[in-house]
Amino acid sequence: MSELVIPYRVKPHPLTGVTSGKLGIWLFLASEVMLFGALFSSYVLLRVGAADGTWPSGVEAGLNVPIGTFNTIVLITSSITMVMSWASLKMGHPGAFKRYMGATIALGLAFLVIKGFEYSGKFGHGIFPSTGWPEASDPSTFFGLYFTLTGLHALHVFLGILANLWLLVWGLALFETEPERFSGRVEIAGLYWHFVDLVWIFLFPVLYLL
Amino acid sequence: MSEDVAISESEAARVREHLRVYVMVFVALAVLTVVTVALSYLDLPTALAIAVAMVVATVKAGLVAGYFMHLMSEKKVILWLLLLCAAFLVFLVFLPLGTEIGNGPLWPLQSPSR
Repeated sequence: MSELVIPYRVKPHPLTGVTSGKLGIWLFLASEVMLFGALFSSYVLLRVGAADGTWPSGVEAGLNVPIGTFNTIVLITSSITMVMSWASLKMGHPGAFKRYMGATIALGLAFLVIKGFEYSGKFGHGIFPSTGWPEASDPSTFFGLYFTLTGLHALHVFLGILANLWLLVWGLALFETEPERFSGRVEIAGLYWHFVDLVWIFLFPVLYLL
Repeated sequence: MSEDVAISESEAARVREHLRVYVMVFVALAVLTVVTVALSYLDLPTALAIAVAMVVATVKAGLVAGYFMHLMSEKKVILWLLLLCAAFLVFLVFLPLGTEIGNGPLWPLQSPSR
């Protein structure tokens, strides 16, 4: 009896045409769509249900659009460095993988630091998740949603950074013996990372611009 | 249990061809980000502003999913899985919306005036 091994780690499963890992990450991402979807649905419900004139735009609520825009560009840039890190492995360049993955991690950290400055600015003005838009009759709605949505998203960025860091520091050794399996792992981490970018693409206009 | 571990040369060539596309997608995403911010300064009516922002965001999301996440060339099983997910998402987002339009009840049966 040999050790238990998950089948179809590298070769696609004959029924699905994809590896076990890829099917797994897409199932997970589908559940993530529903998680963020539920919160997004709450946003729609609360905004549509709000009395006229009680829902602030992001600017009215004091969100900084230039900072939000910059952070969006940071996250988009981290998506292309992520895909380049995977492509580098596929082309047999582990050195380039290290540079691109390092850049992805750095950009992810930059996003969190900028988000942290935004949060501390809000806290400094006495604005917390339970604080209301001043003129709203129902006080906690906008900032409750803002902190919940961006906080959950930031948690996802943080976990993505950890996964990427693991691949860069400890995971890369696998490339020497099983390059296809390692690049598969990076592709899966990339799918997660791009999804987190994709969520932000919706959060940014919804919270900052509308 | 051993599986083939090497990356084939044809696969590497296929990836190499895609590099330009990745850069073009990145540029498109950056441009669309600027576009959506610029549009927000135009003071469009709220309904139109929401519609435009959501269209731009959906195009950006499509670029990320289609090219960075390789959905353009992904296997059918993944696409079906996402289609099912999308159906549930639409249901989830619009069901409560329907109940709250005008702060009135969605279902005529529950409406006292009918």
